[in-house]
Amino acid sequence: MSVHHLVEEHTLYGLMAEFETPGQLVAAARRTRDAGFRKFDAFSPLPIHELDDAMDLHDNRVSLFTLIGGLFGCIGGFGLCSWVEAVALPLNIAGRPPISVPMYIPITFECTILIGGLTAAISMILMNGLPQPYHPVFNVERFAAAARNKFFLCIESADPKFDRESTAGFLESLGAEEIAEVAR
Amino acid sequence: MAQPVELPDKIHVGPVIDEGHSLASVSDKIGGIVLKRRITLGWVFGLLISFAVMQNLMAGATWLFVKGVGVWGINIPIGWGFAIVNFVWWIGIGHAGTLISAILLLLNQSWRNAINRFAEAMTIFAVMCAGMFPVLHTGRPWLAYWMFPYPNTMDLWPQFRSPLLWDVFAVSTYFTISAVFWYVGLIPDLATLRDTAKTRFTQTVFGALAMGWRNSARHWQRFEKASLLLAGLATPLVVSVHTVVSFDFAVSIVPGWHTTIFPPYFVAGAIYSGFAMVLTLMIPVRKFYGLEDIITLRHLNNMAKVTLATGLIVAYGYEMEAFFAYFSADNYERFLIWNRMTGPYAMFYWCLIFCNIITPQFLWSKKIRTSPGILWILSIVVNIGMWLERFVIVITSLHRDFLPSSWSMYWPTIWDWAVFTGTLGFFMTAIYLFIRVLPMITIFELRMLLPGAQVKEPVAQ
Repeated sequence: MSVHHLVEEHTLYGLMAEFETPGQLVAAARRTRDAGFRKFDAFSPLPIHELDDAMDLHDNRVSLFTLIGGLFGCIGGFGLCSWVEAVALPLNIAGRPPISVPMYIPITFECTILIGGLTAAISMILMNGLPQPYHPVFNVERFAAAARNKFFLCIESADPKFDRESTAGFLESLGAEEIAEVAR
Repeated sequence: MAQPVELPDKIHVGPVIDEGHSLASVSDKIGGIVLKRRITLGWVFGLLISFAVMQNLMAGATWLFVKGVGVWGINIPIGWGFAIVNFVWWIGIGHAGTLISAILLLLNQSWRNAINRFAEAMTIFAVMCAGMFPVLHTGRPWLAYWMFPYPNTMDLWPQFRSPLLWDVFAVSTYFTISAVFWYVGLIPDLATLRDTAKTRFTQTVFGALAMGWRNSARHWQRFEKASLLLAGLATPLVVSVHTVVSFDFAVSIVPGWHTTIFPPYFVAGAIYSGFAMVLTLMIPVRKFYGLEDIITLRHLNNMAKVTLATGLIVAYGYEMEAFFAYFSADNYERFLIWNRMTGPYAMFYWCLIFCNIITPQFLWSKKIRTSPGILWILSIVVNIGMWLERFVIVITSLHRDFLPSSWSMYWPTIWDWAVFTGTLGFFMTAIYLFIRVLPMITIFELRMLLPGAQVKEPVAQ
């Protein structure tokens, strides 16, 4: 398999290899990481949990932010009920105390879920760098298949170990069906 | 995420997805319904009928705004008529969608993958219908924002000890989280549509909606985490919503409402009616869109089983209501049940018992559970039964209260019916549009069920 230099050196974003099965992709990702590459990414039409280990992806910040958001909602919800009923507009309703804890639970709970859930979704979207109108990987014509039935691995030229010739050879040794140059 | 759990063959009536499907074929089949399939006469006809029926809502709401809630059949003592009956019915229907999308996800039930998207769309549309009723019932819908706590020049705040305000928070949270969860799940499928679309217009629309999703492992890792968290949050949420709705009744001291069994009994009823509605909608859709290989008999069988199980919980609820009334030795409680069974609304009560207790017993038969036609008819009967249940709970508890001098009857007027049928039209219009413009089945989750998606690493080369 020979790589034609269709892309100028300075506009080269990286090299992309195409695989047929998820197993090949996981093996390729593991070997790429073992070979010392760090700036690379795998693309698949479905989530592959084995990739998290192979690529050492253990970003738990979404969970952390959700917890913080949930706690914020919880304290905020209870605080809102208590402040309104005890300070802003105290009304004696059937002799209940200003801070009627059991009666504030439903709203406290709903606020916890609301803020926690919104934080989970928004933090996932933002940490994934979305919305992102442009990304170089889409310059590869066959890449559309990553949303259908093919598996891809892209090593970025920004990786210190990246070398146009030897990295292409490395990808070939991983059993890639096809290797494409990605224009920036 | 869901590795199918292997169960003995005789429990299953078939595969979760028919053999012969590959990663490419499921993408093309589901995506093709949106991108390639031509608009059929049947779809146009159905949409037009739904849209026409939706005009009842326009007419009913307009007349209501002009004249006030007096155009409805409500009076004193029956202040809660169709509006609350329909509110509770619609919001209950929504619950099946969240159960399928969240609870079954946490329980690793891979069969949910094929019906999850559709059921959750149904949830969102049903909650929209539900939300209209309390707002219309206030009589001054243009002041509905007063229900939210915000600093205002009147120096007034809502009353946080009122279950009606809990409802505002529960329903608005439920709608928001359902919509967010649904959209998050849609992102990878929107990217699939973007990348397979052929026209500039569809590419742009789906491209904008997919926000630049590129199926990267880093994306998927956070995506899966967020989905799981949203499922974990939506699970207690769905239970809480109908619990709070039942508090609207149970926190009062009205006989027939003031019982502790209401929360679990309402939640079970909600899931019961919701699964019935999923069956009502899904059986025709799988037929007309040729999806029998993806929404298989196994799905229908499983949904019928959930319907049966929740139907039995509901039956237990009815029995307990009657037993509590007897056992409480409270004259008013006893009178209420007696009035329900033999009073002027007895017809409704016995129809409800027939629809909700007798009908689901047919689902013990595997043959019926796997016959789409019969199942479809049963599901409609259950939908009607659950509507009657809400009617009986709201109306019979109110119409004969503590003082015989204030007894009265409630009969819906044409404007009650206009608004109710109008929301049915709204719901069906939304469903018709949804199945044409968005992938009605979660493509990436279907891919996970395929043998081609299982990771088998080649031996080191």
